[in-house]
Amino acid sequence: MKTILSLTVNGVERDDVVPDNLLLVDYLRDKIGLTGTKIGCDGGECGACTVLIDGRPRHACLTLATTCKGATVETVDGLSRDSRLTALQRGFNEKLGAQCGFCTPGMIMASEALLRRNPDPSENDIRDALAANICRCTGYVKIIEAVQYAAKALAEQELVA
Amino acid sequence: MNEMRPVQTIGVAQPLVDGPEKTTGKAMFAADFDTTEALVGRILRAPVAHAHITAMDTSKAEALPGVVAVVTEADCADSYGVLPIAMNEWALARGKVRYRGEPVAAVAAVDVATAQRALDLIEVTYEELPAYFTAEAARAEGAVQLHEEKPGNIERDVEFDLGDVDKGLAEADLVREIDVQCAEVCQVQMEPHAAFAEYDPGREQLTIRPSTQVPYYVHKMLARTLAMADSKIRVIKPHIGGGFGARTETLQSDLIAALLARKARGTVKVVLSREETFITHRGRPESQIKMKVGMKKDGTITAVDFSAIQRGGAYSGYGIVTILYAGSMIYGLYDIVSARFKGCRILTNTPPCGAFRGHGTVKTRFAFENLIDGMATELGLDPFAVRRANLLVAPTMTENDLLVNSYGLDQCLDWAEEASGWKARKGKLGPNKGLGMACSHYISGASKPKHWTGEPHATIHLRLDWDGGITLLTGAAEIGQGSSTVIAQCAAETLGIDLGRIRVIAADSAITPKDNGSYSSRVTFMVGNASIDAAQNLKAKLVEAAARKLEIAPEDVECLGEVYRGGQQDQGLTFDEVAAAALEGEGTITVKGNFDTIPESWGGRKYRGAAIGGTMAFSYAAQVVEVTVDPHTAEITVDKVWVAHDCGKALNPLAVEGQVQGSVWMGMGQALSEETKFHDGLPIAANMLDYRVPTIIESPPIEVGIIEASDPHGPFGAKEAGEGSLSGFLPALTNAVADAVGVRPTELPVTPDRLMELLEKKARDDRAAASTDGGTA
Repeated sequence: MKTILSLTVNGVERDDVVPDNLLLVDYLRDKIGLTGTKIGCDGGECGACTVLIDGRPRHACLTLATTCKGATVETVDGLSRDSRLTALQRGFNEKLGAQCGFCTPGMIMASEALLRRNPDPSENDIRDALAANICRCTGYVKIIEAVQYAAKALAEQELVA
Repeated sequence: MNEMRPVQTIGVAQPLVDGPEKTTGKAMFAADFDTTEALVGRILRAPVAHAHITAMDTSKAEALPGVVAVVTEADCADSYGVLPIAMNEWALARGKVRYRGEPVAAVAAVDVATAQRALDLIEVTYEELPAYFTAEAARAEGAVQLHEEKPGNIERDVEFDLGDVDKGLAEADLVREIDVQCAEVCQVQMEPHAAFAEYDPGREQLTIRPSTQVPYYVHKMLARTLAMADSKIRVIKPHIGGGFGARTETLQSDLIAALLARKARGTVKVVLSREETFITHRGRPESQIKMKVGMKKDGTITAVDFSAIQRGGAYSGYGIVTILYAGSMIYGLYDIVSARFKGCRILTNTPPCGAFRGHGTVKTRFAFENLIDGMATELGLDPFAVRRANLLVAPTMTENDLLVNSYGLDQCLDWAEEASGWKARKGKLGPNKGLGMACSHYISGASKPKHWTGEPHATIHLRLDWDGGITLLTGAAEIGQGSSTVIAQCAAETLGIDLGRIRVIAADSAITPKDNGSYSSRVTFMVGNASIDAAQNLKAKLVEAAARKLEIAPEDVECLGEVYRGGQQDQGLTFDEVAAAALEGEGTITVKGNFDTIPESWGGRKYRGAAIGGTMAFSYAAQVVEVTVDPHTAEITVDKVWVAHDCGKALNPLAVEGQVQGSVWMGMGQALSEETKFHDGLPIAANMLDYRVPTIIESPPIEVGIIEASDPHGPFGAKEAGEGSLSGFLPALTNAVADAVGVRPTELPVTPDRLMELLEKKARDDRAAASTDGGTA
């Protein structure tokens, strides 16, 4: 069975014909070419595929694409605007929150969801928000610093504005 | 204005040069190429652990509409492997399968569903053989041989006996033994293995993007397996989602993707599942280490007598090297005079082990540091004092002829002791809390290459073009460790220019000079030095050009990186002007830089295999681990780690911290929770839930102290930073547990189950002792 899937991906409204059993992660990567979202496991183990669905962090590998009808989906590919990195992207870059970079898209999307609902997270808040995301390079120390950097940068931006 | 000086790049925290790609999702990993048009490659794997393949019929699969190619061992021209003396593996099993999950055939089809259906249509008949899942079973008398040429299923027996061990033990005030069992662990790099292969049927050429740490080795094995000329193959390394050693040898998936692409005469993508990535393995072997150490009352070590048995898995891989490291690396950290080692690497019907971060050294270090911690307690010595009683003095050669030119272990000890508040806090943390410490070291590149070609160890090309930009061409494999950044830093610092002037092109066999790859922590030391050499050669050309333009002698040119001038009063020439002058009459400039190791670093000849361990420089580390043990559940929480790492010179302090934190944390996973498990050879923890990689919740703060005991041969004095502090965590953890609850774990990982058993035994012993005491009082 196929369905016409109407949704918004990274700000673009789309209508695509998709099989009912297509996973969101395969829809994003194979159907519409957004390969920023990664597949690191066989289902729900690693968090590399974390995307935002209506602002909430979700495993794209555990979500059927057709359940996103009318939803707003955001991936790492769509975060930076006008080639400018977001505060989180700068944080992960400058604080070395990304080494190999494979978990990074998922980490950044999970962190993005955190900072939207809690702009001033404690270290424990950050740990809770990233508990479903595995990183094998950093030991997480610099990932926490990256999120703290971003929270601080966003707060300063607010002050200026 | 006269304050102008060269731009400093070294010693300054630098974000990675490829960081923006990684944080925006633009970084292309092997699985990200051509997600719509490529054929899908899938692998059929053996359902049995040890069997003859008596028949195979692929005709039904080939006839299935949508199937473009089916390959078997018949398509492979030769075996492969990583060591020239031990190439006993086939991309697809030939005649026999030796572990559950070994690839036996593969298909390329138009989509996943068709490929899967085709696999189901391949008929294989197996005649099962007895299978062995432990080292003990495989080497028992009468066991069927896995390989004809390996009697007793012994990959290699190694031994050495240096100094006078018996005399040393006799002279000791205290002799103690330990018997440690370490579970097999897997790298679990975040990116599952993948390869994207394109075959050009007109030119009969192959282009492949494999997820590898060693593009050159993959190149050689592709040529061998496909019987193709090296020059007809192009290996381009895409972004790599970590490696940690899992990818320091060619993997079947690399070869299978190429075999399928050639047979399909098109483009094939092979992406392994996480389960298949676990089965591909190449992790650290299950090991048993027995060790006896003699110690004087002042802590001086008089002798070490030890043995190691490793369950190597079904094929040779790096096996000989791993078992040799387990012996040789007892040296190089402390002043050990007498040591005796017997090592045995066994072939078993489990997935092949490989070279995991800290290759071969980790379990020996665990046994040693665990044992001497207990001996220190018995002798009433502080663990730091015992280490300080056994320090080396550089420069020196160890008893097994390893070159030690720089040595910062004393400073590492001072830092870790001070930062952790050891003196004030040790023994005063309250019940069920403890502090433990341990030291470790690692090589900065194996000094003897595995494939001896007579070429230098590393070569760099720098290209200066009309735009004033410098393109750095390197074969070194950036796998997330920051190699491209550090190599660029070395060139930028030498030229005194902004790092942004340099663009790095890494690991494309059609463009970049050959490099042996990212393993044995060789890249910073070897390729960094080659980069300095290349930059010096370019600088000489720029100075000459500036001299011509300024009409002064080259020796009078002052190079300030972005400005070349004749003296303080001279306004001078900008870098762009000098670059333009250098190109006059010559055109685009390409210079080269090389690095080679010195013969003194090649290791010894006192026993067979003594070259393993030979390196230009050792890194050193000391760490303190603080733990809390829950007395009811025996669950261990690591509260904090303080780790000092002597990397000679922190070329990029940010990256050094990241590497050291990652190493320590990876040691923590091995110490506390990680373990591959099999049931009759069937992997039963081949996913990231049953194989417990630590999450952010249980991961502690890790404070890093950078120690810089400059090495005379290192690039700006630098040594390795990415492996040396891993092995120290394991014993520091068990030493902390011993401090906290009075029992000393010798079995890894220290799961709550294992620790609870020790605690219960201690409680029983304590009760028995109390009742005996009561009886005699």
